[in-house]
Order: sequence, then structure tokens, then C-alpha cells
Amino acid sequence: MTTYIIRRFLFLAFVLFGVSVLIFSILMTFSPERRAMAYVKSPQQVKDLPIIVKQLGLDDPFHIQYFRWIRQVSSGNWGYSFVAAMPVWDAFWYYFPITLELNLYTIPIIIIFGIWLGTVSGIHRDTWVDHSTRIFAIIGWSLPTFLFALIILMFFYGYFNVFPPGIIDDGFNVWIRENPDQFKRYTYLYTLDGLLNGRPDITLDAISRLVMPVFTQVVVVVAILLRVMRSSMIEEISKDNAITALAKGADHHTIYFKHARKNALIPVVTVAGWLAAYSMEGSIAIEYIFNRQGIGWWLANAAISLDLPVLMGICLFFGLVYVIINLILDILYAYIDPRIRLN
Amino acid sequence: MNKKQHPRIRELKFTLSRIFRNPSAIIGFSLLFVFVTVAVLAPYIAPPKYAHNPYLMPHKGYSQTPKPPSSKNIFGTTSGQYDIFYGAVWGTRTAFKIGMFVIGVALIIGVCLGIISGYYGGIIDEIIMRVVDIIFAVPLLVLTMAIVVAFGRGLDKVMIALALVKWRDYVRVMRSSILTLRELDYVQAARVMGVSNFTIMRKHILPNGIYPVLVMASMDIGSMVIVAAFMSFIGLGAPKGYADWGQMVALARNYIVGPVDDPLKYWHAIAIPGACIVLFVLAWNLIGDALRDAFDPKQRRR
Repeated sequence: MTTYIIRRFLFLAFVLFGVSVLIFSILMTFSPERRAMAYVKSPQQVKDLPIIVKQLGLDDPFHIQYFRWIRQVSSGNWGYSFVAAMPVWDAFWYYFPITLELNLYTIPIIIIFGIWLGTVSGIHRDTWVDHSTRIFAIIGWSLPTFLFALIILMFFYGYFNVFPPGIIDDGFNVWIRENPDQFKRYTYLYTLDGLLNGRPDITLDAISRLVMPVFTQVVVVVAILLRVMRSSMIEEISKDNAITALAKGADHHTIYFKHARKNALIPVVTVAGWLAAYSMEGSIAIEYIFNRQGIGWWLANAAISLDLPVLMGICLFFGLVYVIINLILDILYAYIDPRIRLN
Repeated sequence: MNKKQHPRIRELKFTLSRIFRNPSAIIGFSLLFVFVTVAVLAPYIAPPKYAHNPYLMPHKGYSQTPKPPSSKNIFGTTSGQYDIFYGAVWGTRTAFKIGMFVIGVALIIGVCLGIISGYYGGIIDEIIMRVVDIIFAVPLLVLTMAIVVAFGRGLDKVMIALALVKWRDYVRVMRSSILTLRELDYVQAARVMGVSNFTIMRKHILPNGIYPVLVMASMDIGSMVIVAAFMSFIGLGAPKGYADWGQMVALARNYIVGPVDDPLKYWHAIAIPGACIVLFVLAWNLIGDALRDAFDPKQRRR
């Protein structure tokens, strides 16, 4: 087990290195002057670009620049973001809680809902339950997140005038910024901070603005999990141990939920990594349309206004998230399935 | 069944009969047939106004407010008075261009590298798969955005960027199906008989190992159109006025909420291009779903 984890850690380091090289290569397709913009701290400095290029050695060979960049990145200097009007590192921590909050609500719902629906449609294979979840999955899979978000917004906000977009009511936002002593930002998650500060009205407002994004995300992402759970459930039910138990007269409930479901969850763990990636990708469209200033919103706006340091930083961040999630999953997988650990 | 037919033809006939027993395949192929017809007959259904570039949507006036369907514009007009009907028709061609180009290029790269990697193994396999691991670490949409920003905006750049990222999926699938095929007796026999590596790969391995990849690719055509539509939506893809469904949704973005007395007044400006995207993607997903069932060896002969 220890050597297994060490191997995974080495792999983690390798992938991170690879991602940084990949991202730096993309960055290097820009002219030195264009890249110098990333180091400009204020709009007034723009006219000194040639000096900055010379000073920072932006026309040096690839490997020299790469290692210099890595040194800067590891010391926390990620460049300056025009979109956020602050350094990338600070801006990241400013936007991150918003995305985290969205995904904290979304992912558990997706997992619970996906496993439940998958189990049910696997047990009741080829019945109306199975057919309807199948149709639901195919439709969810065919819906572009941004389009679904727009239509949801059109109906609920436009027609019924409930569930407004944004993160928090403007009035609350101003009040929170002006009274930092009365509203302490313990977690930077509005729904939690509202409760911790004894302001349930703020929590309620934040939740009402989360309903639509979470709903959109769940409908679009749950399809993958549902289908994987279904087919793996069907496979387990038709295995010999389940059939034997059935022949011995064990009741169906025990077979489905004690024998079959436990084993059926193993392949689901492997798609959980994908799930996290899809969730993150989905956050981009959702935050952009529901006007939630999170990582995804920042990335989309940075891409439009060619804010390079942001793109590079977020790519690295996603690489890191991916690698960590996979490490956790690998360990979890080895824990569930002893064959992997012993191999 | 006719015994004289080539076994591959017989197998293909069997597969086709299986596919068309599935109701989702029938719906999927019918939808696709409609889209293909519209794309092929686009110049007749919606005669282009600008001969030099038929993909530019014609527009009368510059008013920002979308207009409801009328006898002149049967689907109405969107923001900037672009004709939605024209955009929907020519957007079909754009969607096919995106899907076919991205998946075609990604398939060629992915399948070739997957075969090489799985067949030769060793150091070549190690290098290819580690590169794939690295590219896999960044989500498709994020990496595509970074590449598009590096290349510059435009639908062609989005397509190239997507193809450059998407091949990673096919290498893995192709390689794993090669790894099982490589050890089979008939491949070993061919090798013992002195058949060249290239011939073995082309004649014995590729035709048997490609199905999982094709199933995946048919579903990916739809998802690539979604990603490209989103890129156009945020303004990295097709320019304003280009017949692209995502770009048309973007034009209507500020009109999702109509005036106070009629909040759904401009529904058509989003719903029509949106429905085109959803139906197009749905067609490919239904086809992919049916292909998966038809090619699945566990379900195939029962």
C-alpha cells in the first residue's frame, strides 16, 4: 500500500510538471511584448513595455524562461489580472469561495441522486422507470449547460420573478462590505457566514440565488453517473453470487442493497474524477450566465479580454485539482478493491 | 442467411438489423437525416444574400430589439435584425463542419497514436501515454480556451483547438482495445507467418478494435458542437452575424427577459437556435447510444 501511494505521488508530481510545461508552451506562442503585459502592475506602465521585456528577459531561450517562471509561480507571483484589477494570486482567493460554494451544494446532490436513480433503473431494468431515467439522462446529456441556464433564467427569473441571478442582494453586499465587524467572513461562503453571524435572512437570500445554478448543474451532470451506476448494477445483479442468493430465497432487498450495490459502486468511483471535471467545466457556463463572480466567470472573462496570467493560473489550478482528486480516488479505489493494492 | 457472403458483410448486416430494432436509433437517424437534408439544400431553402460569404446572415436594419415571427421572417429576427430562419438553416452546415472536422482530426490522431502505443508497447507506449495523462489533467473547455486565446479568436481556431485537445480520449480507448486484441491467436498467427507490422495493424487490428472508438466519437460530435457553441456564445468563436447557433444565442442574450407586461416576448430568439443545438446533439447521442448497444459483445447475441 505504501509503495502504491508513493508511486501515485510521483505520478502526481510528473503530471503537474507536464501541465506546467504545456501551459508555458501555450504562453510562449505570444510575442515577448504581449507577455510583458502580464507583469504590468498599472495601466501607466504600458508604455515601458520594451524595457520590461529586456528587464525580465522575455526574449531568452525557452528553458531559462520556464525555470524563471516556475520560481515566480512557486513564490506566489502569478502576474496581474486586468479583469480582476488585482494580482492573480489575490484574485484567485477572492473568486474561489464562490465556485466552491456552488460545487459544495451540487456534488453531493449529483452523487446521491445519480446513485439512487442508477440503482433504481438497474433493478427495474426495461420497465417504465428505466425508460424514463434513460430519456432523462439522454436529454440532460444533450442540453448545453449555457443554454439550459439561459432558459431556466428566462422562466424563473423572467416569468415568475423568483430565484434572481447573482450571488447576493446588492443591499446585503454593500452592508457586508461596510460592516466587516458585524458580519465576519469566517468561511467566505455566504450561506454559512449568514448562519454563523446570526443573519438567516442573508443565508436565505444566498440560497435563493443558488437554487437555479445548482439545479442546472445537477440536471446536466447527473446523467453520466446515472448511466454508469445503472449498467454496473445490472452487471452485479446478473452475477453468480446474486443469483445464488436469489435461489436460496434471500429477499430481493438484501440482494440488491447488500450484495449488488456495494460491488456496483466500484466502477462509479472511477467516474467520480470525471464528474468533478465536468462539474468544474459546468461551473464556467453557469457562473457566466447567472452572473456569479467565481473562478469560471473569471476565466470566461479573462479569455475574452486576453488576460493571459489568469488563463495560465487557472489551467495550473485545474491541473492541481485533477491530480489531487485522482490521488484521492486511487487511494479510495485501492481501499475498496484489494486486487489493486496487492498488484 | 446467405452463406456465400463475406463474413464481414454478414456481420455488418446483422449489426445494422440490431441497430434499427432500437427505437432511439430510428429517432436519431431520422433527426440526422433532416439535418443532413437541410445542410445539403441550404442554398435552396435559404438563398444567400451575400454571394462571397453565404454564412453571413442577412439583416435589415440595425435595431437591437428582436422582432417576432412574421410573414417576411418566418422565425422572426434576433438582435441586430438578423433573420433567424436563415441562421438556423446555414447554422446546420456550421454545426456539421465543427463536428466533422474536430472529431475527424481527433480520430485520425487518436486512433493512429493509440494503435502505435498499444501495438508496440515499451518506451513508445510510455511516452505517448504520459503525454496523454498530462493533457487529460486540464479540462477540455479550459485548455481549449487557453489555446484559442493563444491562436486568436475565430470559429476555425476553436475547431483546431478542440481537435488538438480531443484526441486524448481516443488514444486511451483505442489503446486498451488493442492491448486485448494484440494477444489473440489470429494476430499472433499473422505475426508468425511474417506479415508486416503495418499490415497486421491495418487489416487485423484496426477493423476489430475501432468500434468502441466509433461509438464514443458519434456521441462526441454532439458535445463538440456544444463546446463550440459556448465558445461562440462568450465571443471567442464565430463573429457577430455568422450563421452559428451559439453565436445566435449570444445575440439574444440580453433579451431573455422581455418587457414587464410580456416577459417571454423574445422567447423565439433563444428558443429557435437553442432547439437546433439540442436536437442536433440529441440526434448524435441517440445514435451513439444505439451503436453502443449494437456493438456491445455482452448484449449482442442473446
